[in-house]
Amino acid sequence: MASKVTSAVMRQGLRVLGVAIRTEKAVFALAVLASAVYGGMTVASAWALGWATQNVVLPAFGEGRAVAGALWTGTFLIMGTALLKALGVAGRRILAGILQYRMQARSRRDVTKQYLRLPLSWHHRHPTGQLLSNASADAEAAWAPLAPLPMAVGVIVMLITAAVAMLFTDLVLALVGFLIFPAIAVLNLVYQRKLSPLATRAQQLRAEVSEIAHESFDGALVVKTLGREDLETERFQRRAHELRDANIAVGRVRGLFDPMLEALPTIGVLAVLGVGSARLSGGSIDSGDLVQVAYLFTLLAFPIRALGWVLAELPRSVVGWQRVQAVLDASGSMEYGQAAATSPAPAALEVRGVSYAYGEAEVLHEVTFDVPAGRTVALVGPTGSGKSTLVQLLVRLVDPDRGQVLLDGMDVRELAHGGIAESVALVPQQTFLFDDTVRGNITLGLDAGDEDVRAALRLAQADGFVGRLADGLDTRVGERGTSLSGGQRQRLALARAVVRRPRLLILDDATSSVDPQVEAKILYGLRDAAEASTVVVVAYRMATIALADEVVYLDHGRVVDRGPHDELIGRCAGYRNLVTAYEREEAERAAIDVPAGEEEEVSA
Amino acid sequence: MTAEVIRGNSERSALATIRQGLSLTPEFRKGLVVTLLLAVVATIGKIIVPIAVQQTIDTGLRTGGPDTAYITWAILVCAGAVLLTAAAGYVMNVRLYKATESSLATLRVRGFRHVHDLSVLTQNTERRGALVSRVTNDIDQISTFMQWGGLMIIVAFGQLFVATVLMFVYSWQLTLLVWLCFIPLMIALPRFQRLLSRAYTTVRERTGDMLAAVSESVVGAAVIRAYASERRTAERIDQAVDANRRAQTRAQTIVGFVFPLTEIVAAVAIAGIVLLGVRLGLSGEITQGELVAFLFLITLFVSPLQTATEVLNEAQNAVAGWRRVLGVIDTPPDVADPGDEGVELPRGPISIAFEDVHFSYPGGVPVLREVTLEIPPRSRVAVVGETGSGKTTFAKLLTRLMDPGAGRVTVDGHDLRHIRFSSLRERIVMVPQDGFLFDGTLEANIRYGKPSATTDEIRLAMTELGLTDWLEGLPAGLDTAVGQRGESLSAGERQLVALARAYLADPDLLLLDEATSAVDPATEVRLARALEGVTRGRTAISIAHRLSTAENADEVLVFDEGRLVQRGHHTELAGRPGVYADLHASWISAAHS
Repeated sequence: MASKVTSAVMRQGLRVLGVAIRTEKAVFALAVLASAVYGGMTVASAWALGWATQNVVLPAFGEGRAVAGALWTGTFLIMGTALLKALGVAGRRILAGILQYRMQARSRRDVTKQYLRLPLSWHHRHPTGQLLSNASADAEAAWAPLAPLPMAVGVIVMLITAAVAMLFTDLVLALVGFLIFPAIAVLNLVYQRKLSPLATRAQQLRAEVSEIAHESFDGALVVKTLGREDLETERFQRRAHELRDANIAVGRVRGLFDPMLEALPTIGVLAVLGVGSARLSGGSIDSGDLVQVAYLFTLLAFPIRALGWVLAELPRSVVGWQRVQAVLDASGSMEYGQAAATSPAPAALEVRGVSYAYGEAEVLHEVTFDVPAGRTVALVGPTGSGKSTLVQLLVRLVDPDRGQVLLDGMDVRELAHGGIAESVALVPQQTFLFDDTVRGNITLGLDAGDEDVRAALRLAQADGFVGRLADGLDTRVGERGTSLSGGQRQRLALARAVVRRPRLLILDDATSSVDPQVEAKILYGLRDAAEASTVVVVAYRMATIALADEVVYLDHGRVVDRGPHDELIGRCAGYRNLVTAYEREEAERAAIDVPAGEEEEVSA
Repeated sequence: MTAEVIRGNSERSALATIRQGLSLTPEFRKGLVVTLLLAVVATIGKIIVPIAVQQTIDTGLRTGGPDTAYITWAILVCAGAVLLTAAAGYVMNVRLYKATESSLATLRVRGFRHVHDLSVLTQNTERRGALVSRVTNDIDQISTFMQWGGLMIIVAFGQLFVATVLMFVYSWQLTLLVWLCFIPLMIALPRFQRLLSRAYTTVRERTGDMLAAVSESVVGAAVIRAYASERRTAERIDQAVDANRRAQTRAQTIVGFVFPLTEIVAAVAIAGIVLLGVRLGLSGEITQGELVAFLFLITLFVSPLQTATEVLNEAQNAVAGWRRVLGVIDTPPDVADPGDEGVELPRGPISIAFEDVHFSYPGGVPVLREVTLEIPPRSRVAVVGETGSGKTTFAKLLTRLMDPGAGRVTVDGHDLRHIRFSSLRERIVMVPQDGFLFDGTLEANIRYGKPSATTDEIRLAMTELGLTDWLEGLPAGLDTAVGQRGESLSAGERQLVALARAYLADPDLLLLDEATSAVDPATEVRLARALEGVTRGRTAISIAHRLSTAENADEVLVFDEGRLVQRGHHTELAGRPGVYADLHASWISAAHS
C-alpha cells in the first residue's frame, strides 16, 4: 500500500487530479481564479499596509501632520484588498467544495452502476465489506486532495507575486525570503513524508478496532453464553493499545514539526528586521518597505502549508482511485438477447447437461431434468449438494459453464433483460428487504394495486402481522428489514414473488423460518392458487415435498434420481435415507422407548 | 422487568459531562498543569514579532540613526525566545498526545467491556452500529477535539489575552477600538456555529442514507437481478448520492461565507488603527513603532476567530461524544455479576428450579407467567410451544441472560443471581439458533468454547459429535476460513460449528435453542444421537421444533401464551387432549401429508 509520498505516487496522484480537472473544467478554472485573486490580494494587502505606513503613518509622526488625501487612499487600499481577498477565499472554498463533492458523487454513482451491471458471479468473488468501502471511503479518499488543491494553486500565485514584490522592494530582503520560503516548503515536505505512513497506519488500526467492536457486539450472545467477556476485552484492548501507540507516534511527528513550521517564518521576520534595519540605516529602503516585507512573511507563513496538504492526501487518493478504478474496469457482464416471453400460460422449464464451478470446485455436474408446464417439482438433497446454485442458474443469476437452461424451449440467454423476471419469480433462502415500505418491498416498482398486494400478503400468510403494523402497507421495514422477525421477512419475500403472478415460481427453502403450522397454510394456499404456474421448490420438509408432482434428488452436484416421491422412496436409498430420517428415528425410538415409558409410569 | 436503556442524550450539562469525563481519565489529569503552562509559554511566542517590529522601528528611526548594536542584540534575544517557545510547543504537544491517547484508550476499553456487561435486553435497545460508535467514533471525536480544538481554545484565549495586554501597554484607546471591531463578530459566531452544526447534522444523516442505499446494491445483488429492478435501485442510489452531495456542498458554502468574514473585520480594524493611530500620534500618545506593532497584533485576532466556528462545532461534537461514551459506562448492568461474593458451584449434574417466575419485556405484555417447575439432575427435557409461547424467554432466564420480573430461578438450590458469572457460564451453556461465528478458521471458532483446547481435543470433539465426515468434506478441514460472521458457510454448517463450540466447553447443562433447525434431516438425526450419547449423565434441555426431540425426552414442558400448561412424558401428553396433542397432530400432518 502506498503511504509514502514517492515520486511514483506523486505522478499517479497528479494524474488523478488531472482527471478531475478535465471532468470539471469550468468549476476548477473558477476555483483557481478565485484562489489566484486570494493569493494576489494577500500580497497586495501587505503592500497596502506598507504603503499606508510609508505615506500616512511616518509622515504624521515625522512631520507632525496628517495628509487627508493619503489617509483616505490608505484606508481605501486596505479595505479594498481585504474585500477582494475575502471574496477570493469564499469563492475558493465554495468552488473547491463543489468540485470535490461532484467528483465524489460521480464516482459513487459510477461504482454502484457497475455493481448493478456486473454479474452475480463477480459479486461472489468480492467480499461485501470491500465493495461497500469502494463506494464510500475509497470514493471519498480518491477526491480528498481536491479540497486543498485550488488553495495550493493560489499559494503558488501568492509566492510568485510575493517574490516579484520583494525583488522590486529590495534585493537583499528578497534574498532572505528566498532562503526562508523554500526552507518552509522543504520542511513541510519532510513533515508530510514522515507523517503520511504513520497516519495511514493509525487509520488502518482505527478501522481494525472498529471491526473488532462490530464483530464482538454482533456476537454478544455467544460471548455471553460462553462467558468470554475477558477474552474479548483482551482482544479489543490489544488493538486499542496499538492504536494508542500509533496515534502517539503521529503526535510526536506533529509535535515536532508544527512548532518548527511556526518558528521558521518568525525567524524569517526577525531576519528581515535585522537585515532591514541595516538597509534602512544605509538608506536603501524605507520603513514602509520593511513593514511590507515583514508583514508578507507573517501572512505567507500559514497558506504555504497548503502545498503540503495536497501532497499529504495524494497517497490515500491514489489508493482510493485505484480501488474505484478496479471496480469500473471490471469486465464481464451478462449479455442479453432480444426475445420476449409473452405467453401467459405456465412456463415449461428444461435443464440440459448443466455444470457449474466456483473457481476450481465444480458444484454441479451435468444436471439434466425438466419441469413440464403447470407441474410442481421438488429439488431435494443434503446440505451442500448444490441446490441453491442450481436455483441461481434457473433464474439466470449466473450462467452455467456448460449446458443450457431453457424456458419454454428458449435458452434463457436469448431473453431480453427483464424478460426472465417477467416470467419467473424466485424466493431466495436468504431474505433481502429494501429500506422501503412494505408495499414498496412487495411491488419493487411493479404496477400493482393495493388489492393485488393484499391478496399476495394473504397467500403468504402475512396479512395478519402487516395489518397489525402501525402504518399497514406504508410501514417502513427499516434497514434490511431488521424490525421484523425472520419468519415475517420470509413471508414478505414470498408475497413479493406471488404478487407478480409468475409463470414459474421458484422457492429456495423459502419458508424455513416460518412455523410448521403457518407453513402448511402457505403451501396449501399456493397449491390452490398456483394452478396457473409452474413451481420449483427446494425443501427438506415432508409437507413441502408432498406437494410436488415429482422429486429431483440431488447429491454432490448430480441428479441421482428423479420421479414421484412414492417411487423414489422405494428405489433411491440416498433419498429415502434423507427424507425419512425423522420417521425412521421415530420408529427406532418407539421400539427402545417402550421400557422407558413404563418405568416412568411406575415411578409416577 | 424494565431493562436499562443505554443513556446518550441525557440532560447532563456540558460542564458536568466534561467534569465527569475527566474524573474517569486520571491519565489525562496527571501533569495537566505542566502541559497547560507549556501551552502558555508557547503562546507567548506569538507576540515576539510585534514587539520586535516595534523595537526596530522606534530605535531604527530615532533621530541620530539606528542603534544597530541594540537592534542586533534585541533580535538575537527574540530569536532565542522563538526557539524556546518552539521547544515548549514540542514538549507540550507530545505530553498532550500521550495523555489524551492513554486516557482515551483506557476509556475505550472500559466502554467496550461495559457493553458486554450490559444485559442482552439493554444491548438490544440500541442498533449495533450505534453501540460500536460509542467505543470508536465518539472516542475519536473526543480525541480530535482534545488534540486540536481544545488546544485551539486554550491557544486562542492565550493569544487574545497576551495580544490585548501588549496592546494595552501601547495604547488603551487603540485596544478599545480593536475590541469594538471584533466584538460583533464574536457575538455572531455562536449563531454561525449553530447554522453550521445543523448543516453538518444534515450531512451525517444524508451520508447514512447514502451508505444504506449503496449497500442495497451489494447485499441485495441477487434479489435485484432476480426481479430485474436494477433501474429502480439505481434511481434510489442516485437520489441518495445526490442528496448527500447537496448537503455537503451546503455545509461547505456556509463555511465559505463565514470564514473570510474575519478578514474583512480585521481590515476595518487596521484601517481604524491607522486613522485613529495617526491622530493619537499627532498628540504624542503613541510612537510610530507601537502603531505598526498594532498592525501585526491584529493578525493574532484573525486565526482564532477564523477557526472559531469549527472549534465550537468540534467542542459540541466532543461533548456529545463524551455524553454517549459516559452514557454507556453509566448504564448499570441490570443483570449483574455478583463477582467474588457470589457462589461458586461445584462441578456435577445440575438441577434447576423456577419458582413462580414472571417476565415481561419493557413496555410489553407478560411473556412468562407463574412458571413453577423443577428439572432434576441428569434429565433430558424438551420445551415445546408455538412461536411467542415463551420458550425462548424461558431459555434466557435459565441461562441468566435476563432476570425474572418476579419469582426466582435456582440452580442446585442457589438463586441464579447469587452465582458467580465465571462459574455459571462454565457450567451452563446455551446454543442459540443463529450460529454466529467469528471471522477466522473453523478451528479458532470451535476453540472459542475452550481456549486451552489442543487441536487433537478439537478433532476428538468433532468425532464424538459424528461430524468427521462433514469436516473432511470441507476444502481445508479445520483450517477452513469461515468468513465474516461465518457467512462463507451455510446456515446449517454454522449451526454445526456453534454446537461443536458449545460441546467443547464441556458444560454440565447444555441448552439447545433450536440449534439444529437449518441442518438437513439426516445430519440432524445423526447429531441428535451423538449428543444423546455425549450428554448422558448431564442435564440437557432442548427447545424443540420437531417431534422426535419431544418424543425422546424424559420430560416435555409445554408452553402456551407464557404459561407452563402441560408437563410429562410424550406418550402420556399425546394421549390426552390439550396443547401438546394439538401440536403433535400438526407435526404429524406436516410430516406425512
